[in-house]
Amino acid sequence: MKGFFPVYGKEMYRIFASSIFYVVAFIFLALAGYFFYSAVAYYSLLSFQAGRNPFLAEQLSLSEMVLEPFFGSVGIVLLLMVPLVTMRLFAEEKKTGTVELLLTYPISDRGVVLGKYTAALSVVALMLTGTLPAMVVLSALTTPPWATIFSGYLGLFLMSSAFVSLGILASALTQNQIIAAAVTFGALLLLWIIGWAQTLAGPEVGSVLVYLSLLSHFESFTKGVLDSRDGLYYGLFVTLFLFATLRVLESRHWRA
Amino acid sequence: MIEVERLTKLYGPLPALREVSFRVEQGEILGFLGPNGAGKTTTLRILTCFIPPTSGFARIAGLDCREHPLEVRAKIGYLPETISLYSDMTVRRFLAFAASAKGVPRSRRGHELERVMARCSIKEVESRIIGHLSKGYRQRLGIAQALINDPPILILDEPTIGLDPAQIVEIRTLIKELAGECTIILSSHILPEVSQICQRILVINRGQIVATDTPANLTSQLRRTLQIRLQIEGPDAEIREELVAVKGVLRVQPGDGPSSFLVETDRHEDLRPELARRVVARGWQLRELRTQELSLEEIFMELVTEEGAREETK
Repeated sequence: MKGFFPVYGKEMYRIFASSIFYVVAFIFLALAGYFFYSAVAYYSLLSFQAGRNPFLAEQLSLSEMVLEPFFGSVGIVLLLMVPLVTMRLFAEEKKTGTVELLLTYPISDRGVVLGKYTAALSVVALMLTGTLPAMVVLSALTTPPWATIFSGYLGLFLMSSAFVSLGILASALTQNQIIAAAVTFGALLLLWIIGWAQTLAGPEVGSVLVYLSLLSHFESFTKGVLDSRDGLYYGLFVTLFLFATLRVLESRHWRA
Repeated sequence: MIEVERLTKLYGPLPALREVSFRVEQGEILGFLGPNGAGKTTTLRILTCFIPPTSGFARIAGLDCREHPLEVRAKIGYLPETISLYSDMTVRRFLAFAASAKGVPRSRRGHELERVMARCSIKEVESRIIGHLSKGYRQRLGIAQALINDPPILILDEPTIGLDPAQIVEIRTLIKELAGECTIILSSHILPEVSQICQRILVINRGQIVATDTPANLTSQLRRTLQIRLQIEGPDAEIREELVAVKGVLRVQPGDGPSSFLVETDRHEDLRPELARRVVARGWQLRELRTQELSLEEIFMELVTEEGAREETK
């Protein structure tokens, strides 16, 4: 773990010094704001109609009609944005050659990987925090279900940590940032929708596919359900990909 | 201080280093000399624990590079060959990162930064972004980061590459100043540089050590023939014939100016009086007569090509 704090500090500095972060954060927040606005607007439209229709009024649910779609959309925007945050972590250092300097300092590979991972995750978490004002707006209009909001944000954070761990592995595998981003995006999208093949794959394989899917574990969080299995899934996901990244970094010892 | 034993590194089937062994004593400046691709960078990378050797040992202050990489790295200040620094960081911020990575305690960090910046005279650019610095400043910054935390060993891979002559002189002076404080290994393919700075030269070619000695000894050992430069006014062809006829002369070549000749002779015999006598006897004007030292470049070429020739006859 030697070197975690120096690497973390350096990565944070470099992320904030580059324009990528500001562009990505701006687009992320603009899209999240748009999705929030449209969900709330739709909800208020239905609320007006419900004034004349008691049957519809029974069906109105802030959690199901605003929060669930909002968290779902933010998840998809993250899927698009996280690869752009993680792509440079190792790829750029390998391309420019700074990795030689970094790996000849008296710091451990583990410190380097965890430092970079935590820095990227902090930045994504910061972007998520940027959407909290939307919840403040919601609380000004009505009494929001805070527990569901908490669970939704926890789900977003856990899913981001999984996204970043896959992104850092892709970045360690190549020295081309665009390849790193494309591989991350492709792999994440595949893991996101892998459960859709359930009906084709039959019941046994299908349930495995659903369990592997990033989406199926995320959905329960957006509904306000905290399930330890989902937490375990993300924990294992992150551990697996960080371990693989460490191995890739160490592979310089046995590869030519 | 540094012990390297039978170091071999294979890149696939291609050997980059073959059974290289050498030692560097404390306080010594060793010049690592060789053409591009000879295995200099590979050796230095093994010493800095960036890559491991295929076989053999490298020990730094008694610690094996493979078993104690972190301890070894803490003792080394390294300037990589293509010094690439984080171009979006400021000089001060980058050095602060290097200091924290090298484990300089926070309380001493500011003082340490001032010290290395003063040492490498980069204080005036401390708040500039590295990407905007000139090559000379960047190279000095590279040396500054290597000096952080006072490592007992400095490994500089081609420290003057790509610099203009004035900057080269600056860097050389800097390295010479550091000489008393630490053990230095310096690699280069530029001979005058190595001969000026280093106490001992290690010539490496095709992954093997070809020669190791002081610059002076290397020159005298390899001088098998003596070259005498003559400038004579007279009919060129006749002069040539006359010179070749002298006993002990191996070869006569045209020199670098009009009516000048380079005579190669056996180094054990001094033919200068005999040559002068002959020329004067024929009534030609002898303008110049002097022995010519073999330059380090020529020695280097000789070593390298000799090794190559031996290789091909195998």
